[in-house]
Amino acid sequence: MKSGLFGFLFAMWILILLGGGIMVIILGPFTIQQFGEFNWIIASGIKVTIALVLVVAWILILLKLKNWIFRKELKF
Amino acid sequence: MIELIIPAIISCITAFFIVFFMTPPLIKFLEKRNFAVKDMNKKEDVLVVRPGGPALIVGIIASELVLYAFLQLNEILAIIITTSAAFVIGYVDDRKVMGGWFKPVTLAIAAIPIIAFGAYDTGLSFPLFGMVQIPVLYLALIFFMIPITGNTINSIDVLNGVASGFMVIASFSLSICLFIVQNYEIAIVSLPLGFVSLAFYKYHKIPSKIFPGDSGALTLGAMYGAIAIVGGVEIIAAVALLPAVINSFLFLSSVKKIVEHRQVKGTPVDHTDDFRLRATNDKSAPITLVRLILAGGPLSEKQVGFAIFKLTIFSGILAIITAFMMGVTF
Repeated sequence: MKSGLFGFLFAMWILILLGGGIMVIILGPFTIQQFGEFNWIIASGIKVTIALVLVVAWILILLKLKNWIFRKELKF
Repeated sequence: MIELIIPAIISCITAFFIVFFMTPPLIKFLEKRNFAVKDMNKKEDVLVVRPGGPALIVGIIASELVLYAFLQLNEILAIIITTSAAFVIGYVDDRKVMGGWFKPVTLAIAAIPIIAFGAYDTGLSFPLFGMVQIPVLYLALIFFMIPITGNTINSIDVLNGVASGFMVIASFSLSICLFIVQNYEIAIVSLPLGFVSLAFYKYHKIPSKIFPGDSGALTLGAMYGAIAIVGGVEIIAAVALLPAVINSFLFLSSVKKIVEHRQVKGTPVDHTDDFRLRATNDKSAPITLVRLILAGGPLSEKQVGFAIFKLTIFSGILAIITAFMMGVTF
């Protein structure tokens, strides 16, 4: 069990590193030019949406990982 | 760097000894007032007083004011006010049972001083990939961060000594990381959190003489979150906190809604005849970190506590590796 928990911790860490990479690559250079003074607010809204999608994806992956790592122990 | 050594030493001594000497009279005061609860993991009817939050907040405020006298940073004021607000929120919850919404909403409001003092940077730093500027998203992150760290520490406060011992390891790991990323002033500002936790651990460790209560746990968690924001080390702080994050994640993914622990049906852990802890097969009970640790077989309360500390040391090492990776970009 303990090794499973260490593995789960390590997997979460890797997911944080990868998620960070995606954030920087996708959100970092993201800009909009067509809407004048509203550019920043529309760009921010889209960034928030992308970030939320990434967080939901992160949670779903973690749920799958949890079920896979603890499949023997999760009888309850 | 050299000029920071004396403030650091004075504030650390202040933080440690205020909590160390203030907690015994607080225990006596709480005993006289009969502010005690049953320790559910003891065979005999053992009553333990709570909350220990007042000793912790006095130690934090005094040590941070010492630092403010030397450094005069707005970041210190933001940390003091946010942490004090979290203490008051926890103290209200200690005295009167509030609804499940109360702590998340009020802790989000407690984050306002960080914004008001401008004690944040709108960039989020990631290891290996660099920084991303997210001005609007970052404001939302501040309002989420304090409730998350506060409630995460509160949710791991389930066994004797675990919350304070966990904070000792996590906060000193965070301080080391702040030194690694060369944010020396905030590294010094973060040290009192580890020292108040260490002093409190002496009375909180098994067998507990005092519980931190919501006021203690929220104080520690909110200060941790505030340091992460003003130090610009949000990702590193999250990594150091991973065992508690796992606990909250497992709990929420099994209960599927935000509820107070006392509202949860089902028993995740019960006791063997010799009063060791044992995971139940109750399908209605939430999955927690303790329940997963016990899935391999019954353990004593002390063994479960040390298992959590080992996980925290592991995540602290991962946080330190992450801090070293901050300076490396593709």
